[in-house]
Amino acid sequence: MLGPQSSFVMYDEELQRINIVIERLLREANAKVIFLVDKNGQMISGVGETEHLDTTSLASLTAGNIAATGGLAKLIGEKEFSILFHEGEKDNLHISIVAQRVILVVIFDQRSSLGLVRLRVRKASDELTTIFEDLAKKTAEIQASGGHNSPFAEITDDDIDSLFS
Amino acid sequence: MSFINYASREINCKIVYYGPGLCGKTTNLQHIYQMTDPDAKGKMISLATETERTLFFDFLPLALGEIRGFKTRFHLYTVPGQVFYDASRKLILKGVDGVVFVADAQEERLDANIESMENLKVNLEEQGYQLENLPFVIQYNKYDLPNVTPIEELRELLNPNGVPEFKGCAVTGEGVFETLKEVAKLILMELKKGG
Repeated sequence: MLGPQSSFVMYDEELQRINIVIERLLREANAKVIFLVDKNGQMISGVGETEHLDTTSLASLTAGNIAATGGLAKLIGEKEFSILFHEGEKDNLHISIVAQRVILVVIFDQRSSLGLVRLRVRKASDELTTIFEDLAKKTAEIQASGGHNSPFAEITDDDIDSLFS
Repeated sequence: MSFINYASREINCKIVYYGPGLCGKTTNLQHIYQMTDPDAKGKMISLATETERTLFFDFLPLALGEIRGFKTRFHLYTVPGQVFYDASRKLILKGVDGVVFVADAQEERLDANIESMENLKVNLEEQGYQLENLPFVIQYNKYDLPNVTPIEELRELLNPNGVPEFKGCAVTGEGVFETLKEVAKLILMELKKGG
C-alpha cells in the first residue's frame, strides 16, 4: 500500500486502467463528472464534463475536506469516515476513500440518485483498489531495483533557474 | 510527498508557508499571485474568517514551466497562524515537500516566532517528518519596520542550523520570490537525490 509520505508515481499503463474504470463508472452511475485526487491534494485523473471546472482547486479543497473530516472522525473515536455526501440544489458530491490513499469524487444531478451512485462506486472502488495496489508494487519494485531512469537525476542549476526566469 | 505523473509528464510538489499569526504568510501568496503571469497560475483560494484571518488554508497552484520535459507545478499552501487552529495546521502539513517559515521580525513577536517554530517541529514529527530532513527556508518578514530584532539574534533563535534565510517585506514583495525560488530549488534538488 502506498504510504502517506512516499512519493506518488503514476505510469501510463495504470492511468489507462484507472480511466477505463472511472469512465465506466461515469456511464453506469449517470454521473456528470468523476475525478480521482491524491489525499495530499494532487489531481490524478478526471472524466466527464470537466472543461468548465477548476479541477486543481477542487482537488485541493476535496483533500482538505477529507483531512478535516478525518480529524472529526478521530475526535469521536473513528479511524476515518470512508464516505462523504454533499447535497446541492442541482448537483451533488459523493466522496469516498479508495485504497486508503486516494479520493474518488462523483458529481451527479437529478438524472442519477444517491443509491445508484453508492452502488456503482462500491464496485469501481474494488477495481481501483486493485490498480493502486499494483501501482504500489510496481513503484516499490522499480525503487528496489534502483533501475529507474528518473528524468530528474540530471537536473542542473540552470534548469532550475530557467523556471524562474 | 511529490506526485510524479509519467503519463501526463507532470511533477507536482507541495510547499507550506508556516509562521505565527499575522506574520505575512497570506500576503506572501497574494504577492506571488499578483505578480505571476495569468497563464502560470490557477485561482488563489483563501478560506478565511470575516476579518480576513486564515481559517483553514490559502492555496495557490503555480505552473513554473518545464524541466526535462516535465511540467513543474508547485502547490503553495499557508496555515492559519493563530495558536488555536492547531488541528488545521497539522492537516495542511500532510504530504508536504518543502516548508517556508515566515517569521515576524518585530521585537514584540519574538516569542510568537519561537512558539510557532516549536509547533512546526512537533506537528511535523507527529506525521513522521523531521524538519532537518525537509527542504526548509526562513523569511524574516516585516524587516522594513523600525522595531525589528537584530538579524543575528533572529538567526541564533530561529535558524541554528543555518538554512537559507531572507529578509522580507511581503507587502512590497521584497524577498518573496527569492524565498519561493530557494525552497523550490531545494525541493528539486531533493527530487534529484531521490531520483
